[in-house]
Amino acid sequence: MGILQDIEKDQIRTDLPEFGAGDTVRIKVKIKEGTKERLQPFEGVVIRRRSSGVRATFTVRKVSYGIGVERIFPVNSPTIHSIEVLRRGKVRRAKLYYLRDLKGKAARLKERT
Amino acid sequence: MIEGIFGKKIGMTQVFAEDGAEIPVTVIKTGPCYVVSRKYTRRDGYEAVQLGIGDKKEKNTSAAMKKVFANAKTPILAVLGEFKCLDTDEYKPGTVVKCDDLFKTGDFVDVTGKTKGKGFAGGMKRWGFHGGPGSHGSMHGRAPGSIGQSAWPSRVMKGLKMAGHMGSRNRTTQNLKIVDIRPAQGLVLIKGAVPGAVNGLVRIQVARKKTSAPKGDA
Repeated sequence: MGILQDIEKDQIRTDLPEFGAGDTVRIKVKIKEGTKERLQPFEGVVIRRRSSGVRATFTVRKVSYGIGVERIFPVNSPTIHSIEVLRRGKVRRAKLYYLRDLKGKAARLKERT
Repeated sequence: MIEGIFGKKIGMTQVFAEDGAEIPVTVIKTGPCYVVSRKYTRRDGYEAVQLGIGDKKEKNTSAAMKKVFANAKTPILAVLGEFKCLDTDEYKPGTVVKCDDLFKTGDFVDVTGKTKGKGFAGGMKRWGFHGGPGSHGSMHGRAPGSIGQSAWPSRVMKGLKMAGHMGSRNRTTQNLKIVDIRPAQGLVLIKGAVPGAVNGLVRIQVARKKTSAPKGDA
């Protein structure tokens, strides 16, 4: 192989911080409105990272006005302006799907120290 | 301009568009393609260029073919094929044809390849028959069902869709868009899937049903 990896290598972003499941992040997404471009923040808990290389994605979950909202981002997407890690959570598994069934105090994660 | 080129399917991956959309692409390594011979209207009745691609060991090449390659001043090539070309005179035998001479980003192409062999396949896989219920005492399963009537015509119609050998045939996917061209490595990135297995030979040709933007426009 090699050729495919070369093509993918160019697209992998190295400017983003390291983060994983359980971390609370704030993602600034570039949004185009007509000719203007603005940044929209999305803040929540990373509940999974999947795949590797260019195709990798991660899912961020937040609860907005009592409604759970999840958004899937491609890790290497050019529409991601920046990722800020606000809090590192202490978790014992890679996929935090169990958070979907919890709310309020039960859905909290301990901070990793 | 030659209306196509040979290439080797490298595999599929994805690239990001500027707006963040993920575009599935097939990577094809074109060339090095050499012009081996030409066909002329006055002699052959049509205009075309014969291109060759791929390595072949000298010991596996017949003396007659060695002479053909020697006359064309090309290395020994594994595969030969003709491509339509209206200005045949510009391509002397021995000329190397590159992907960036023929195509540019945004062009539409047809890609021909030999599909993966599926072996002896039943009606459901081969023709998309729906099959019968899987349970509740049904014995229909994946069987094709009735294949005709009784007294008339008392035979099975010709060309009826039935189980049989599937795949390993030449197939063309039309109107695929070129997402990117990397002339240095001879790579063409085409949106979508193309027929054939990885490392298979493919023909990339100018799309017959969709016109590309004029050259120098992109």
